Formats: sequence, C-alpha cells, structure tokens
Amino acid sequence: MSPAVTEDKPVLVRLDGVVKRFGDGVPALDEVSGDIRGGEITGLVGPDGAGKTTLIRLLTGLMQPDAGRITVLGHDARTEAPAIQAAIGYMPQRFGLYEDLSVQENLDLYADMRGLPRRDRPAVFGELLTFTDLKRFTGRLAGKLSGGMKQKLGLACALIRKPRLLLLDEPGVGVDPISRRELWKMVENLTAEGIGVVWSTAYLDEAEACDNVLLMNAGKLLYAGTPSGLTERVKGRVRRLTGIEGSRRRLLARLLDEDKVVDGVIQGEAIRLVLVEEDDVDSVAKTAGTDASHLVPATPRFEDAFVDMLGGGPSGRSALAEAQAPRAIDDGWPVIEARGLTKRFGDFTAADHITFDIPRGQIFGLLGPNGAGKSTTFKMLCGLLKPTEGEGRVAGFDLRRDAAEARNRLGYMAQKFSLYGDLSVGQNLDFFAGVYGLAGRRRQERITLMLNIFDLKKHATMSAKDLPLGLKQRLALAAAVMHEPEALFLDEPTSGVDPITRREFWTHINGLVEKGVTVLVTTHFMDEAEYCDRISLIYRGKSIALGSPDDLKAKVATADRPDPTMEDAFIALIEASEQEAAA
Amino acid sequence: MNAYRRGRTRRLTALIRKESFQIVRDPSSILIALVLPLILLFLFGYGVSLDTTHTRVGLVLEETTPVTLDLAASFQNSRYFDVTIGHDRREFAEDLVESRIGGFLVIPDGFTADLTASRHPAVQVIVDGADPNTANFVQNYAAGTVSTWEAQRAAERALTATPLLVQQRFWFNPELKSRNFLVPGSISIVMTLVGTLLTSMVIAREWERGTMEAMMATPVTAWELLAGKIVPYFLLGLGSMTLCVILAVFLFHVPFRGSILALYALSAAFLMPALGQGFLISAVTKNQFLASQLALLSGFLPSFLLSGFIFEINSMPTVIQYISLAVPARYLIPSLQSVFLAGDIWPMFLRSILILVGFGIVLFAVAIRKTAKRIA
Repeated sequence: MSPAVTEDKPVLVRLDGVVKRFGDGVPALDEVSGDIRGGEITGLVGPDGAGKTTLIRLLTGLMQPDAGRITVLGHDARTEAPAIQAAIGYMPQRFGLYEDLSVQENLDLYADMRGLPRRDRPAVFGELLTFTDLKRFTGRLAGKLSGGMKQKLGLACALIRKPRLLLLDEPGVGVDPISRRELWKMVENLTAEGIGVVWSTAYLDEAEACDNVLLMNAGKLLYAGTPSGLTERVKGRVRRLTGIEGSRRRLLARLLDEDKVVDGVIQGEAIRLVLVEEDDVDSVAKTAGTDASHLVPATPRFEDAFVDMLGGGPSGRSALAEAQAPRAIDDGWPVIEARGLTKRFGDFTAADHITFDIPRGQIFGLLGPNGAGKSTTFKMLCGLLKPTEGEGRVAGFDLRRDAAEARNRLGYMAQKFSLYGDLSVGQNLDFFAGVYGLAGRRRQERITLMLNIFDLKKHATMSAKDLPLGLKQRLALAAAVMHEPEALFLDEPTSGVDPITRREFWTHINGLVEKGVTVLVTTHFMDEAEYCDRISLIYRGKSIALGSPDDLKAKVATADRPDPTMEDAFIALIEASEQEAAA
Repeated sequence: MNAYRRGRTRRLTALIRKESFQIVRDPSSILIALVLPLILLFLFGYGVSLDTTHTRVGLVLEETTPVTLDLAASFQNSRYFDVTIGHDRREFAEDLVESRIGGFLVIPDGFTADLTASRHPAVQVIVDGADPNTANFVQNYAAGTVSTWEAQRAAERALTATPLLVQQRFWFNPELKSRNFLVPGSISIVMTLVGTLLTSMVIAREWERGTMEAMMATPVTAWELLAGKIVPYFLLGLGSMTLCVILAVFLFHVPFRGSILALYALSAAFLMPALGQGFLISAVTKNQFLASQLALLSGFLPSFLLSGFIFEINSMPTVIQYISLAVPARYLIPSLQSVFLAGDIWPMFLRSILILVGFGIVLFAVAIRKTAKRIA
C-alpha cells in the first residue's frame, strides 16, 4: 500500500512523547511518538524487550505512562480507560483463553463481558466460528486445542464485539508458519472493514507484510512508516554471493571484517550481503576471490534495513572459536546418529522412525511446526528421553547404554536459556563448570575465558535473571560450551533476540563448526534454517523431507515461484505431505 | 443506567459461571476443597489424639511394706497408667532412654517410716524431658494418684469422719476426648485452605496464564472481577465446611449442641478474612508457586499453631500471644468449639463475627487497591 493512501485513513491512536519506566534502569519506552490508523495492519516490530508489550498495555489503559500522552479512539488513555476498553479488542500473549473452558464457553464468557446482546449471538458466533474454522470444535476444551487453533479462538474472543481497534500481542509466537499465514489472511480481511490492527512481532519477515510499521529497539522508536520506506535505505546494496568454493562459513567471517560490508548472513549455499555503497560490488568480489557476476542483486528485506539502521552486523571473528583447539574435521565421521528413533506416548507416536546422521563439523537442523516431534527427537538424542524404539549415538556412545558418557561430550542450550536466574553470571558459569566435571586450574581458566570472550566480566556479579535478553543468550551459550563439547545441541537458540545478537551467536557457532564441532539445532525460525548444512523437516512425527536448504527450496520451485523462500518451502512441503496423507 | 446495571449483572453471573466450571474441572481445586479436608479430618479424628491413657511407666519399690504395696496397687488400678513393678531404678533407666516407658516412679526406702512419722514422705518421679507432653502428664497424674491415695488413707483411718473425696467433673467434653475439640478446630483449617490457599492460587494462575489481563481489557470492573471470585469460593468454603461437619457428627460422633445458624454465621464471617487474604496474596505475587508458599506461611500455619487449635494461647510467651491477636482463626476456633460442645453463646459469637468481618473488610480494601485494574 502506498503512503499516499495511508494519509486518508483515520488516525485511531496518537502517541505523543510516551515514556514508561520500570525501576531505575533504561526506560521501557523512551519518548515514543507515532500514529496508528484504521483500515490497515500496523506492525509493532522489534526484538524481545524492545517495549512492544508495554506499548500495547498502555494502549489498553491497563498501564499508565510516566510521561507523554496517548489518545486511543479519541479517549485519553490516562483518564478514560473504561471507554477505551469498551471499544477495543485485545489478544494478549498466550491468547487469554481459559483452558478448562470449552471453545463455546470461552466465546460465551467474552460475549457476556463485552455485553453482546443475546439476540445477536447466534449470528455473531456463527460468523466467528466459520471465520476461524472452529465450528467442529465448539465442545472441545480450549486447553486441548493446537497452538494455531488457540490463536484463532483468541482472535475470535477479541472480535466478539467488532472492535474499532484490534491489538494483537505477538500472535505469531508458538504458532507454525501455516497457521500464521492463515491468521494473517483473517486479519487482513478485517482491515477491509476499517478496523485498525496492531500486530506485534519479533519476526522481521512478518513486518514486511504490514501496511505500516513502528520499529522498536530497546525502548526507542527507530522507524515509523511503510516497510518499503525502510528497505529503501538499503536499495541496491543487497547482494547474494553465489557459486562459493570452499567453506562459505570461513568466507563469511572474512567478508564481515571487510569495511565495505555492513552485514552478512548465510543463506543456504549462498551468502547474503549488505554493502556500504552500491559501487562496492567489485572490491567485495575481489575480497571474496570471485568476480562481480557472482554477486547477484537481491530484493532488500526488512532485516537488512534494520541491521543497517543499527549500524551494521558484528565482526565475523569468534574469540570463542579461536580459543578452541581444532578437531580432525574432514573425516566424515558421524558424531550424531539417529537410527529409526521412535517415541510413543500411549497410542500417540510423537516421533516415528527418525533416521539421519551428522558428520563432524556440520550443522543439522530439525525444522517443523510446534508439536510435530522435533523436540521429542532432540530430547532423545541428548539422552533426556528414552526412545521406545531405535537407537541414537553421540560421539560414538550409545544413548541407551552410555548416556552419561554421551552427555559429557555434548553441550546443551535449552529453549529460553535454562540458567539459574537467582545465581549471578559468575556463579552460573561456576556451576556449569562443576556439572561438566571441570576442576582446578582448568575450571578457573575456562570461566575466565568465557567471561572475557562473551564480554560478561562487568556483569559477573549480576543475577542472571536481571540480564538483558542478549546477554542471557550469551551466558547460555557460554555455559553450554564451557567443556569444549564435540557436539552442540541448540533448542530454538535465537528466537526473540535482536538481529545483532543473533548474528553474534551464529558467528560463534560458525567458528566452532569450522573447528570441527558438530551442531544439532531445532528451530521454526526460517533464518536459522538457512545456516544449516542439512535440514530434516519433521511433521506429525515423521521426517517428510531431508536435504540442504537449497535442495528443499529447489523441490518446491515452480514456474511462478522460481526462487522460493525457506518459509515457502516449509509450507509447500507440509501441504504436500497433508495431501498425501489425505489421499 | 439500567442498561449498565444489566451489563454488570450479566458480567458477574458470567464470571461466577466460568469460575464454577473451572472448579469442577480442575482436579487441584477438588483436591484442596474436598480431598484435603477429608484427609485432615481423618487425621485429627483417628490419627492424632492428645488423650493420654495407659501410659507405660515403671514403679520402683525400694521397700516392700503393706503401705507401699497399697500405693503401688493404686497406681496399678489407675486407668492412666500401665505399670511395671521393679525394685531397683537401674531396671528402668534403659527403658526410659529408649522411650519404652513414659517415666518411672520411685517409692524410696524409708517411705513407710516417714509416713507414720508424718514427715511428708516423697515419691520421686523421673521423666524424659525430651518429650515434655508425656513428662508433664506423668508428673501431674502421678502427683494426683499419690494425693488421692493419701486422702483415701486419711478417710479410712478416721472412720468416724465423713470420707472426703475429690470428684472431678469435666464440663462440655466429659470423656475428655481430644477428638471432640480437634475436629471443630480442623474445620477452621479447612476453610483457611479453601479461602486462602485455593483462592490465592487460582487468581495467581489467571495472572500467569494472561487471562486476568485479557479480562481486564474488557469493560469489566475490578469489583466485578473480585466478586466473581468471592462468590464461588465463598460457597465452596461453606461446602467444605458442611462436609466436615457432617463427617464430624455422623462419623466421629462429635456432639453438636449449638445451632446450624450459629455454625453458618461464624463460618461465613471467617471466610471473609480468609478470602481477603487469598486475594491480597495473589494480587501481590501474581505467581502460583509464591502464592501457595505465602498462603501456607501466612494463612495455614498461623491458623494451625497460633489459633489455640492445638496449643493453648494462654501458655504461649506474651509476644506470641500478641501476635496471635492478628490471626483470624483464633477468634473462630473457641466459638466453633462452643457450637459443637457447649451450645449457642451468642454474645461470644457476635463478638467473634464482628472481629472477623472487620479483618475481612481491611484485607479486601487493601486487596482491591492492589488489583485495581492495573497491571503495574
């Protein structure tokens, strides 16, 4: 949608110098000003901790700003909160559903809360249930619905009394890409009726689809306007380096230290680069040891522009990898092996004969929607779950017989960083060093090294729970690699963190892999999938596709979609599998 | 205005209905409201007994005369003691250390001579101080047995005089069954569990799951949210109480001498501070784990220890006695015991009810300030 059209749309929310503080630290929101209009989707975009949830809560009148003014639908959020609450729809994170009430009972409750007249109910419920495709499930308890269905029910509850402004707080979290697309389409239909939608997200690819975005980072509004207005700034500077010979990871590390490169990430077999100047193509090609024809222009993405705006990605050097002694790398020895791994819970098969192996020095990804079985497979391979059938090996140790030996050779970084929040950074490192059996001088050396490498020294006495998300993530990685494991298990390692932290993280991982560490990663984050050498797409407990990211993309390429994204591949492969199952 | 009121009624009934569904479907509320009370009641009905009959003691006869044998016989006939006779204190030393006996008594050499010379003969009582309850009991009852025996002897000798006998009468609990006062007391514990523990946890759960936030973003008011919780858990608390009373009366045969009205009036009054406390805890913690810990520490334990339920308040150190003034259960338990064992004593009940309602109002006032539709 062009900015000109946007101008005609009514302003529903006006933010004017809004400040919100919690405690003495950096304000959660710092002088945020902007407009939200009706009839379009406004993306509230930023990493976790950027201030998105706080801003939404201020819009609902459930929180008060410390300074500034918020006007929602003509009402002052400070003094007229009840009037605002009567006219908006709000879906908080985790959807605000009562899990032990049925779908219908949840709808009834919200209808009563919002005073929907009884005579209107059959029509409204009918419409909402059709719209969300939940008609068949009205009697089912909300807690027994899948993530995607919960999200739709949450949306239905927020829409009971056709609001003029709909606030959705991270509706895409914990929901697979297919459900996410469905929800997006539903919300788009609402804007046609003039409803203003605020969609908050940490996924930058979601931001691209919005009509307007408010881009937030660390409490500050970085950009307000159309997504294309933002990507405009990197226009012509985004290139894909193809036809790479040798290690693309090593090349990326070198390129990131080049002055003329703002940002770079691995994209399957290629490297995506943002250059400082459009004309830097030749010199960058020279550094890469190739010619300019291999630097193919690419469509700028929101993330390219965001990183550019934040001043570019971090260096490509990993002090962690440099401190690590290299292991024999090209021997092709499978460090992680899964042979027909199967896990049944009662009559439910969570993982069904999963087989793959990961040669030394490779990154392998388990990709799939929530509940597909990737976590189950992952847990069996790090010895946390006993397989019902099949076998798994790590570094040659059978997970059934020598689980302890195997576990000593792997580093594990759990989803949401399983650190001890009440222990300080130093105590956490000390604890994990102890767990991994490091003692004496070596223990001290490793802890000091970790504090230095991850720049945690000045936070060493801080409680882990008080760290900003980016530092938590660093600490979690430090704890997992303390004992120089041969294999690294990463469970959704960078979901929600800002793109700079994510790049830093992958720089370390890439560096370690170059030194011969083997990595297994689960993710539903398409960008992370691109870093993998190979991917297994898990759906309904089965591996439905196995191959390199480029293989998987090539599989779903069609005449009208010659260059599919990872997400396109994901969705197309799952849909194909569903059709096969139905046939 | 009328439409507004209609909306309010509808919201309130919807909230109450929702809560009732949740209570019925959530195993943890069934556990706290039904199973836990049953366990407690059975524990106090059968398991815990503060009655001490037939305590095993040793009796050392250092001299054997008709007089000492007569005294020994009166110990043997006592229903409080189960006596083993010996002739040397060393025979019982080990038994006492191993807690096989509650204590031993020594009738010393020269007892008969002292007695005939009216020189106030002494009987030595040796008890295990590590078990003060039993020690006190043995000491007191041994003293009692000896003085009864002395009185009897005096009466027998002065045949002409009217025999003077002390006849003990215990009012209200003639069988001195601890069950009879423990069971009414445990009913107040049960109501604390439902009112404070369960309520604080279900509200904290709403904060944790984000449903509280979703509700608050609707036109509902803080008062409606509060009332929507109070009504169901108030009724659930009364339900648990009723279940306990039925069991107490029909299964444990605890007498019920007061009126149903007094029972419900007192229980209802007690549920106010209990619920208020539950609300306050959840509003402050917003976390189920913390809420349950706080509820146990600030609700359950004081009701148990500082309410006169098990330990006599009058025998507590003065500071603790003052602290116990802030424990609502201490105002309920004596009244509730009266309802069961004595009958209606309305002046006492009214005073308790007044104090309990006062507690309730204060707690609710603070809780609503904390909940007032704000997240932070």
